[in-house]
Amino acid sequence: MLNKVMAFQYLTIFALVFLTMACRSTAVDPLSPDVNGGQSAIGSSAPLLQGGAPGEPNRNITVEEATDLSGIQHTAADVEFMQGMIGHHAQALEMTALLYDRSTWQDIRMLAQRIDVSQADEIKMMQGWLTARNEGIPENAAHHTHGTMLMPGMLTPDQMAELAAATGSDFDRLFLEYMIMHHQGAVIMVEALFASPGAGQESQIFNFSSDVIADQSMEITRMRRMRGMLEDR
Amino acid sequence: MTATMIALRQHHHRLTRLTLALGLITGLLMPNQGLAQERQEDPRVGLAAGFLDAGQAVHNMELVRNLPKPDGFYDPEQPSGAPRTPPPPEPAEGEEVPTNPPTRPPQGLSYTNSDLAFIDNYMFVGNYHGFNTYSVEDPQEVERLASYVCPGGQGDVSVYGNLLFMSVEQTRGRLDCGVGGVEEPISSERFRGVRIFDISDIRDPRQVAAIQTCRGSHTHTVVPDPNDPNNVYIYGQGTGSVRDGEELAGCIDLEREGREVIQDPDEEPDTALFSIDVIQVPLGAPDTARIVNRPRIFADPETGSIAGLWQGGDHGEGTQNSRMTTQCHDITVFAEHGLAAGACAGNGILLDISDPVNPVRLDEVVDQSFAYWHSATFNNDGTKVVFTDEWGGGGRPRCLATDLPSWGANAIFDIVDRELVFKNYYKLPAPQSERENCVAHNGSLIPVPGRDIMVQSWYQGGISVFDFTDSANPVEIAFFDRGPLPGELGTMGGFWSSYWYNGYIYGAGIARGVDVLKLTPSMHLSQNEIDAATEVELGVFNAQNQTIIEWTPSPAVAGAYLDQLTRRNGIRAAHVTTLDGLLGQLDQPSAELPDELDALATELESDARLLPNNASRLHSLAETLQDLSASLR
Repeated sequence: MLNKVMAFQYLTIFALVFLTMACRSTAVDPLSPDVNGGQSAIGSSAPLLQGGAPGEPNRNITVEEATDLSGIQHTAADVEFMQGMIGHHAQALEMTALLYDRSTWQDIRMLAQRIDVSQADEIKMMQGWLTARNEGIPENAAHHTHGTMLMPGMLTPDQMAELAAATGSDFDRLFLEYMIMHHQGAVIMVEALFASPGAGQESQIFNFSSDVIADQSMEITRMRRMRGMLEDR
Repeated sequence: MTATMIALRQHHHRLTRLTLALGLITGLLMPNQGLAQERQEDPRVGLAAGFLDAGQAVHNMELVRNLPKPDGFYDPEQPSGAPRTPPPPEPAEGEEVPTNPPTRPPQGLSYTNSDLAFIDNYMFVGNYHGFNTYSVEDPQEVERLASYVCPGGQGDVSVYGNLLFMSVEQTRGRLDCGVGGVEEPISSERFRGVRIFDISDIRDPRQVAAIQTCRGSHTHTVVPDPNDPNNVYIYGQGTGSVRDGEELAGCIDLEREGREVIQDPDEEPDTALFSIDVIQVPLGAPDTARIVNRPRIFADPETGSIAGLWQGGDHGEGTQNSRMTTQCHDITVFAEHGLAAGACAGNGILLDISDPVNPVRLDEVVDQSFAYWHSATFNNDGTKVVFTDEWGGGGRPRCLATDLPSWGANAIFDIVDRELVFKNYYKLPAPQSERENCVAHNGSLIPVPGRDIMVQSWYQGGISVFDFTDSANPVEIAFFDRGPLPGELGTMGGFWSSYWYNGYIYGAGIARGVDVLKLTPSMHLSQNEIDAATEVELGVFNAQNQTIIEWTPSPAVAGAYLDQLTRRNGIRAAHVTTLDGLLGQLDQPSAELPDELDALATELESDARLLPNNASRLHSLAETLQDLSASLR
């Protein structure tokens, strides 16, 4: 009788141990090297769950499954967006470079300074993004290359020459007109990015493109108002 | 309060008196002098870079432990999130160009730890990739209970009863929590909005609803309705682009007509911009939660324009460029005061939320140093509010020695007759390097009676604890900081949120996981004050849903008021001696003790009438003594 009870107990313990091990092997591999510095010491029995849709159950997954972000790798459209936006931003800097010799209007000079700071900052960020992904970084002046297709809102060489030739309030008016068009182009580029299959999924590109929409839309509004001031002068 | 509990506190109390006395001798009479010296040799400057082995500086607090991010919540090939080394040189002409690089690009940002929430003994750590649940029953030995993968960023979390709410904004978010993203630009599988989970089984949370919104949910706020126990409300703050109306009906952007990408907002009165989402969650049936309003809280009451607040731009020469107010980044509600503070891009706003479905704007302010109004924290009395400015969006180094101390800082306002009155700025006082993203970020109150104290995250600037009792003169009390993350060009990291919960500070690190810290006594903060804060036991904490803190009378609370009065020279020396003696007797109370406590309370009350600058503290101390006396009778 005693033996039977003990045998039953052993069997139960064995079954429990086996079940625990089986559960663990799906959730956490206790033998896997701890690259992150000591997490395994605590919470090793905590399940790693893949959430379900509303009303649906969760399931246990492996670390490999949890970190498989192959579905949200950057796409060719993301790379083209970043490469194109560098040239796009670089042209904005060329436009503001013209301004300082040609305009004395304080408001527009300050606008230009802001564009300088933010676009130069973002160019650096985009170059870093491309570098980290082994993708080519275009020269800032690459958009001058003959035959290069211009990004939306970008000025043609003739329009740039026209802007360079303008002076006084003619320059201010033309600068605002072209910069509004240029910024609208950036917003169109973001919209096009989000309309490309699989693009804009990565966290960094999502954050950046959201910022582009917010910042450039704001500057468009501001420039529109300045254009109104110019007409009133 | 029982006699045993009182006895336990006694030895702390006596030790602190000595510490405080020493503090007084060594320069407390000129409090700013000491701090100025500290700043010159600030140990936060020049800390060594590294991942989990970076240099550390800690002052008036101690690191209890670090909880690295669990497996599944970091890039296994690059745990720190640092960018990889630059690519090999271009192949020579004629050589075959490799189409795909052999390694995966870094995905650090996709595993960003974000906001924290607490209920009972549980802590929820939000992440762009899902959330992690911990038991903080023993804060010295925090235990992870479950890791839940459900990507979409920012993953800000809140709790209410057995429900957990989570913000999702990214286009990769999926209704089914999958990690694979959403390939199609317009898809019914995409989720951007507020997820609702049932956490009755803490180790197996279930998604019960997912409320789709037009701009996703960057942050959200739990808003209880004191008059309606059957529902709770969520304010969803979307800051991303407006999605296509084909994906979610009723989502209307402004950029619609040909090349005219920006219309006059009032030509499109149904636009998803210029609003927040008010979600009603029936507690009995959370799966039926739905959007019940999109209030136009930026409207101009005179013209009726929905875009009635800041139009974007600077405020004159040398001033900051403030974002156009098309959205709120964050709203903090304080239902017991009937108030909410909205940090809304170009404005700070004050809302009356007596009717949570229909918030009414009471006041709005702009600030010439603020780029992007980001978050808000009230003091306990609801008479002050600290707004943060997330200049640069959080990813940029904005705490350089050359940056203005009023830019990327906090702005502290008094609330006078339900209007905001600017008092001063507070910025992390230690300059950070070019490699460290740093700007004002999320924090919470530390419940020290008689003072307004806040703990706050500054990304890679670390954690800073400061006092804003005098809102015009905020003063730093304690800090914790680490050196930059690996990566020469700078790696996104640092503290997202740092909150006080039941005696400990929990800092959510973007890359290095959660740090658990404790305050230590100093001349700026006594052991009694720390003990009194620690005695406050909350059953739930959501940073954006503040509740009034009340202190149970105790020797530590009395000691905290006494220490504050001593520090200000606001109490007679004879009373200090008497009170020390009386508090020392609490563990073995004599029959006369209650009467002696009451007698001292009466004297303090009469002093309060003579010393207007210290009246409120003398009164609070007297009241505490009377309560202690009553508990002995």
